[in-house]
Amino acid sequence: MKQSTYIKRPNRALQIYAIVFLIVLYLPVLFIPLFSFNDSIYVRFPMQGFTVEWYKAMWTRDSVWAALGNSVTVGFWVAIISTALGVVAARAITRYRMPGQNALITFAMLPLVVPGVIFGVALLVLVSRLGIPLSLYTVSLGHLIICLPFAIATLLPRFEGFDRSMDEASADLGENGWWTFWRVTFPMVAPGVVASLLLTFTISFDEFIMTFFLSGTDTTLPIYIWTQLRFPREFPTVLAMSTLILALSFVMVFIALWIGRLGIVTDNAEDTK
Amino acid sequence: MNNKDAFISIRDVGKSFGTFQAIENISMDIREGEFFSLLGASGCGKTTLLRMLAGFESVSKGEILIDGQPMSDVPPHERPVNMVFQNYAIFPHLNVAQNIGYGLRKLKLPKAKQNEMIEEMLDLVQLTGYGTRKAHELSGGQRQRIALARALILRPKVLLLDEPLGALDKQLREQMQMELRRLQRSIGITFVFVTHDQEEALTLSDRIAVMAGGEVLQVDTPAALYEQPQTREVASFIGNMNFLDARVTGDINGYASLDVQGIGALNVPRLGKTLSSGDTVCVAVRPEKLILHDKAPSGPEKSIPGTIELVTYLGERSHYHVRVPGCDTAIAISSQNSRMNQPKEVQEGRSVWMTWAPDALIVLER
Repeated sequence: MKQSTYIKRPNRALQIYAIVFLIVLYLPVLFIPLFSFNDSIYVRFPMQGFTVEWYKAMWTRDSVWAALGNSVTVGFWVAIISTALGVVAARAITRYRMPGQNALITFAMLPLVVPGVIFGVALLVLVSRLGIPLSLYTVSLGHLIICLPFAIATLLPRFEGFDRSMDEASADLGENGWWTFWRVTFPMVAPGVVASLLLTFTISFDEFIMTFFLSGTDTTLPIYIWTQLRFPREFPTVLAMSTLILALSFVMVFIALWIGRLGIVTDNAEDTK
Repeated sequence: MNNKDAFISIRDVGKSFGTFQAIENISMDIREGEFFSLLGASGCGKTTLLRMLAGFESVSKGEILIDGQPMSDVPPHERPVNMVFQNYAIFPHLNVAQNIGYGLRKLKLPKAKQNEMIEEMLDLVQLTGYGTRKAHELSGGQRQRIALARALILRPKVLLLDEPLGALDKQLREQMQMELRRLQRSIGITFVFVTHDQEEALTLSDRIAVMAGGEVLQVDTPAALYEQPQTREVASFIGNMNFLDARVTGDINGYASLDVQGIGALNVPRLGKTLSSGDTVCVAVRPEKLILHDKAPSGPEKSIPGTIELVTYLGERSHYHVRVPGCDTAIAISSQNSRMNQPKEVQEGRSVWMTWAPDALIVLER
């Protein structure tokens, strides 16, 4: 068969562009794990030799672990709260029609486009005016604002695909709203919930600008890494830490996407029957 | 209204969505143990009425009573009715047994008793051994049966069915019709069945309510609806019907004397209708009640000459369109091909004569 249609014809130029795009995007990132195993405190070629010394050094430093612990704690709670709020918001958006609904959705999504600096400064002014001391709580509050739109955006498709007759069937079989939510709605949107938890955790874990403005004496890992950059001797340790974070972030995002996809695949399998 | 036949009592019920009047003003009674169908084209309000029985739509006006209990303040999860949804609404995250047993949680029965009930239901809908199947592994017919089992396990007073056979192919649909009928007879629960398929309604129902434009046109048995439609809308909705314009000229012994377009003077049973001279009415006759002859009949009964315009051969029967001089539209005739007096070589363009049985004609208001 002759491939005459442009739809089926492979586009060489586009393929090359895609490859170049990916190289430009990820090559700088790949230097981080590469030099984290380099036996020199200077990041330059030629590389000196293989070492895991920086990883060991990182291992014995308590402040690293404190920062990591803070990041995980903040990430955990931010993920839980933003996802819970996202579930409520997504359900309300898909179930009810209220006046000014679109404006409300746009408003909730605003942190996606408003620069973090502006939110950071605004929140800093607000909490200092209110006399609230900077702490991990204020950091979490900032992260929550950043994460909520992502949670809503992840959950909305699951709720939009939700067949309302499922709720009605449950009510018809004698379950009230509360039980219907836990026995039908929640299990059906669970893949979206897991994806949202992982995504918001990752975002919180990596967040820098808001944290920079809002953190007190306790700090998160990204801020800790940034402060270490001032000391050249510490730089390889930072590279080792960054490598670990990079690996963790990749794994989390892949799991989130995979779970989200899993839900969609099984849904489609039902539709074709 | 207060007769004891009324198991479900629908009293002056209306429903409006904003300015749109979905249900005008419906009053009817549904008897206990009856297979009752709501029949009508899409948008006639039949599904809205069913959803009002289930409690998913509020009643704007009037009242619905089920087994003597007013339903207005009873939420869906407390009504003694269960529903089979149009798309079946099988819970995709649960297996077959969990789907069927969904409603049992509130009954607080021991696990063994629950399993026994689920097994019983699986047997009833002929899906024994399917309990552990996943919802997405099932065919359309199997999903339909599970939806049925899931609704029936709670022993509802009324089972509501919203076009449950619509998504099935023809063969499976006919098989499921038979099963539904058998099931309904054996368990004796009142079924309220919504459909737009008149054949399905005629096959299944004890009684049918024909609906159009948010109103009930006629509530009757299938035979009565077919043989004695009360209005032209009902007559044209159920089966095929020829309509001839006519004018009332008089009244003799319960027969209306009519002047029928293209046919002339005819006497038609009045069937209790009040008609006065000069009224314009229409005469309705079913295509299969007209008899076709290839030469002028010699008997005393009236016959109409015409010309065959179109012949459609359908195997067991044939359809003819006969042009009668003075008639606006061709008259449709349907004839069994096994008939002895069937004209052997009926071709288009040939002259024929039509006769009919005395009770074949119905007079209807226009």
